[in-house]
Amino acid sequence: MSTILKVDNINVYYGSIHAIKGISFEVNEGEIVTLIGANGAGKSTTLNTISGLLHSKTGHIEFMGEPLNHVPSHKVVSKGLALVPEGRRIFLQMSVQENLDMGAFSRRGGNIDADMERVFEQFPRLKERRKQVAGTLSGGEQQMLAMGRALMSNPKLLMLDEPSMGLAPILVEQIFDIIKNLHKAGTTILLVEQNAQAALSVADRGYVLETGKIVTTGTGAELLASPAIKKAYLGG
Amino acid sequence: MEFLSYLISGISLGSIYAIIALGYTMVYGIAKMLNFAHGDIIMIGGYVSFCSMYYLNLPPIVATLLAVIACTVLGIVIERLAYAPLRSAPSLAVLITAIGVSYFLQNSALLIWKAAAKTYPPVVAGAVQLFNGQLTISYISLLTIAACIVIMLALTTFVSKSKMGKAMRACSEDKGAAQLMGINVNSTISATFAIGSALAAIAGVLLCSFNTSLMPTTGSMPGIKAFTAAVFGGIGSIPGAFLGGLLLGIIEALAKAYISTQLANSIVFAVLIVVLLVKPAGLLGKIVPEKV
Repeated sequence: MSTILKVDNINVYYGSIHAIKGISFEVNEGEIVTLIGANGAGKSTTLNTISGLLHSKTGHIEFMGEPLNHVPSHKVVSKGLALVPEGRRIFLQMSVQENLDMGAFSRRGGNIDADMERVFEQFPRLKERRKQVAGTLSGGEQQMLAMGRALMSNPKLLMLDEPSMGLAPILVEQIFDIIKNLHKAGTTILLVEQNAQAALSVADRGYVLETGKIVTTGTGAELLASPAIKKAYLGG
Repeated sequence: MEFLSYLISGISLGSIYAIIALGYTMVYGIAKMLNFAHGDIIMIGGYVSFCSMYYLNLPPIVATLLAVIACTVLGIVIERLAYAPLRSAPSLAVLITAIGVSYFLQNSALLIWKAAAKTYPPVVAGAVQLFNGQLTISYISLLTIAACIVIMLALTTFVSKSKMGKAMRACSEDKGAAQLMGINVNSTISATFAIGSALAAIAGVLLCSFNTSLMPTTGSMPGIKAFTAAVFGGIGSIPGAFLGGLLLGIIEALAKAYISTQLANSIVFAVLIVVLLVKPAGLLGKIVPEKV
């Protein structure tokens, strides 16, 4: 199993606030890795830094053996790294189809149509609504669109930031089923979640973040079973 | 028949406003800034075409093309030098910078071309007579209206169909998400300025042909009126700018003809105030519904 993403001792600041304090972790090919932690622990900041929306002051990020630190954010996606951002951030005034087109923006050639078909297979609801303006979709459909849009870049690593946020339990289940399917199909996934229970049960490995630091790590099953984790994040 | 001739002059004046307003609205929609120097780019376009025709004896079409090229380059340079460094600054700083750029352009023109008005040779001369000479429509009017319609259709198609146009819409909604898609936000904004400035050059040629005169402040008033037109129609909306421009031109022409030449501008702005009271987002502007 080769390491696809290697985050080495990064430090990220918002002005004078030290949000990420020397985090290191890695994601191996074919894995689902999850970062869990409470609000403000630095989970989203970590993902945004990897995708180049934020920059680390010190430390090193390597993707497929290439340094990512100085790659401008609009070039990150063409390296094979896609982020489904927190709050979905789909283009509400554009149609479903156009949102998916935007997902393939950085691709030249390749079989974009085939990938579009694959996304529609995964999310049949999107196919039904391809002409509809994205702002009129329900919350769950918007999340599916955000995931489908990211998949259109044909990523080697898919990063998901709180995909279950604001969704009804049945939809959360559906989203996690989709994550499992994507994983089966060979996509490597880095998942950030507040829903630790759900995240750990699909993940191969997990890291627990607390105020900008990684405090525990282990396999999904180990973390699920750990009394400290249970107490802090699993409500019991 | 008299009414018809006023109406047509209003439509052609409105077409010029609409072309200028399209530039305003594109830049606002994507860069989220009011480029108050837009009117002065019109004036520069006027001078470039004037010099090409007067000093270099170039045909009007070549002169127009040169004006378009010069303004496109100027627009990109202004954006890179003056606005891009302020991308994350408060919008007030950008606004004041735009006013500064406007004065800079006006005073540069004053220095180069002096204050005296130049007589601008219309790019097309002559007129068509209809109804046994009761109605005269100048060719420049017809050209202006045709240009406006073509530009409006081309721009709408470009923004809704082309890859670059879709990228522009994506940037206008969410620059961060657009970056995640691999869209280079900076070059998209540059392209927007390029298009807006090219339109300003065309508007400059048409405006000067209409007024047959040109001076360093030529762009100011039409610039402000076109801005009004863009707000009137709903800023950020391309059909809105078109509609706003046309209505503004028609209202202005009819007010001049039937009410009072001195009051025409006041009437135009009074109508704007009334429209904004009833529809704060403008005629075609929409307050985006957001699902949470």
